[in-house]
Amino acid sequence: MIQREEGALEGFRVLDLTYQWGFLCGKVLGDLGADVIKIDPRGGDPSRNLAPFYKDIPDSEKSLYWFSYNSNKRGITLDISHRDGQGIFKKLVETADFLIETYPPGYMDGLGLGYSQLSRLNPRLVMTSITPFGQSGPYVDKKFKSPDLVSWALGGVLYMSGDTDRPPVRISGPQPQADVHAAAEAAAGTMIAHYYRQSTGEGQWVDVSVQQAVVWVLMNSHLFWDINRIMLKRAGSKRTGLSSNVDQPLVWPTKNGFITFALLGGKAGAKTNKSLLKWMEEEGMSNEFLRQTDWDKFDMAVLTQSVLDKYQEVFGKFFLSHTNEELFARAVRENIIVFPVNKIDDIWKDANLAARDFWVKVEHPELNDSISYPGFFAKFSETPIKIRRRAPLIGEHNAEIYEKELKIPHDQVIILKEAGVI
Amino acid sequence: MTRMALEGIKVIDCTWLAVGSWLTRYMADHGADVIHVESATHPEMLRHSPPFKDNIPGVDRAAYMPKFNHNKYGITLNLNHPKGPELLKKLLVTWPADVVAQSYRPGQMEKWGLGYDELKKVKPDIVMVCTSIWGQTGPYHNQPGVGTNGVSLSGVTHITGWPDKLPSGPWGAYTDTPAPRFGVAAVLAALDYRRRTGKGQCIDVSQYEAALYFQIPAILDYTVNGRAATRAGNRLPYAAPHGVFPGTGEDRWIAIAVFDDDEWQAFCGVIGNPDWCRSPKFATMRGRKANEDELEGLIGAWTIQQKAEEIMEKMQQAGVPAGLVSNSQDIYEDPQLTYREHFWTVDHPGVGVHHPDGPPFRLSKTPAQLRMAAPILGRDNDYVYTQILGVPDDELVQLIDDGVLR
Repeated sequence: MIQREEGALEGFRVLDLTYQWGFLCGKVLGDLGADVIKIDPRGGDPSRNLAPFYKDIPDSEKSLYWFSYNSNKRGITLDISHRDGQGIFKKLVETADFLIETYPPGYMDGLGLGYSQLSRLNPRLVMTSITPFGQSGPYVDKKFKSPDLVSWALGGVLYMSGDTDRPPVRISGPQPQADVHAAAEAAAGTMIAHYYRQSTGEGQWVDVSVQQAVVWVLMNSHLFWDINRIMLKRAGSKRTGLSSNVDQPLVWPTKNGFITFALLGGKAGAKTNKSLLKWMEEEGMSNEFLRQTDWDKFDMAVLTQSVLDKYQEVFGKFFLSHTNEELFARAVRENIIVFPVNKIDDIWKDANLAARDFWVKVEHPELNDSISYPGFFAKFSETPIKIRRRAPLIGEHNAEIYEKELKIPHDQVIILKEAGVI
Repeated sequence: MTRMALEGIKVIDCTWLAVGSWLTRYMADHGADVIHVESATHPEMLRHSPPFKDNIPGVDRAAYMPKFNHNKYGITLNLNHPKGPELLKKLLVTWPADVVAQSYRPGQMEKWGLGYDELKKVKPDIVMVCTSIWGQTGPYHNQPGVGTNGVSLSGVTHITGWPDKLPSGPWGAYTDTPAPRFGVAAVLAALDYRRRTGKGQCIDVSQYEAALYFQIPAILDYTVNGRAATRAGNRLPYAAPHGVFPGTGEDRWIAIAVFDDDEWQAFCGVIGNPDWCRSPKFATMRGRKANEDELEGLIGAWTIQQKAEEIMEKMQQAGVPAGLVSNSQDIYEDPQLTYREHFWTVDHPGVGVHHPDGPPFRLSKTPAQLRMAAPILGRDNDYVYTQILGVPDDELVQLIDDGVLR
């Protein structure tokens, strides 16, 4: 069967007025096939100055951060705080199905570009606003600032992460995590509103809170407090919450790195534990205590620390005597639940990703180079998901959009440029 | 009641654990009819996971499973019985369902004769979504694992913690969190596409691959520059102080993030402009980065004499980003989360009155609504088998006797 070329959202237009913390939402819609127009403020989006940079050259057109979340978007520059800019923006809104923005609550209203004003121009518009705390409430009134570390703190997840004898700890790396949680939630909420709009013709406003998106990352830890008044705490490389007596070791050192392995009960646990024990027997690394354990009845929930220590000693020595590769190769053969702690270079070498054609080469003619990008959140049997275009340069599509599509005469475009509107 | 956003969509929900059930909960919360299919012969792991009502285990006493299954109908159906898959297909065609969601180990639905190719034969325009750690294909696709293992694949374990310690990883099954959001967006895009073209499709959501969307800059830094990110505690290359400091009381902490010299001046004002604040070595971002150990020690000596809540208020009032490191009690008492009605009050027959999360976004015209608590095992068997499928009473008795509806 010949696969279609277009994505599921082909033909829908998105205006992306977000900063760094909202990029991912527009990228998801773009990956799904929508025509996403990223609107940079004059001179380019500030995140174009964020590291990492292509070959470590600090240049606004070489930010890998920018490349990451703006592929599948076209780019224009427009100053929406300028009156003429607002006129052009409104014209664009009339042609759009979606608008995503991340300004502080009230800012768009102040420009005459809030949902109530824009929905009069285009009642079908789905507008999505991503802000640290949502559009209103006590922290909004007090103008609380909330970069990643603060969102992570106020969302409860920071408290749960890190070693017992150190302060709570965030996730390192160049991507602030709270933002992408919220932007992914925004994509979900936006698509729910999209479905309703396609059913009824009615657009609406989707109000996303970063703090609330982070709270969802807690999964079940807060429920211990809610129903039992039990306060779970961070346990570092161990895992808390599965047993009332002990914290369960999760990260184990190996000969050349780390793996994750959790001593579990139940069917899956029994299978893994028996297979590991067989392997340890083969290498003379088991002992009488392990042999006498009835793995079918093993129950993490009632384990005591002294018993856990006995297991940990044997398993720990065994893992330390093998490399990640050895451990994982046999784990895959025998369905043992042991996983490597990957570094980025391990991810790059991952055979499963390779077999699924995960990596995508994207041409960057302006760099005279091509770059390997990671692939997508899903595979579709009917509507392909792919990178159709790399992230836009500053104002790359100004002529295409202003002159060809909005039919603004060329001399007017020159005036707008001189006036600093575009 | 106003019309809900996803009214009319019907979902057969063969998911378990967090990811799949979370994905379909968005749909149930916004008006889709979702039938969660379980088996009493293999109650899912979340029904065996704490916390339990009164700390007493029981399949209907766990709060974790309901969290992802509010607003859904629930039936028991033994798919290992030959008549089980038959009944599921009958439900698919009779109801008829628009979506089948599943999160079993890849290959399991196929073993039951319920893979996409089979379902397509009886319902050509079905939208099916499958989610698993590795995805449905590839040499490791069959390798079993849960979210906590997926985290280590995604690179997040390695980059969370302190440079001088074992990687601690983030809290919990972190890789469970991207896939449901992307997955529901994908399903709705496919349904919209089907409405325009009549064509269904199958969507394969790998939790590992979905999680890598949260790491793209780090990945490009490797594919372009050959640099592999590592753990750096709470520090950022372009902010200082940027850390977590102790407050008064046991395990109370304040997160403080200073990004520029204005915020630094404001910060110094809040702590009363001590002499060390005026030291030239802390006057610029580069200076503060170069002397960060010393800086953090001085700040910690001040914060430990203050209440974290009060530090947050004072700092924020002065324009310095700061936040209480909220524990589970704090988030239930957080004024902003309370104002936003983040936590729903749900009366569940097994768990009792409790407070799971509502969605982190609000749709202005068609917000999520709590219509019913998550099902106890088999709660809606009668509704589904008798009213939707129209199974006659004598046949129903036979199915129960044969162990099909367990």
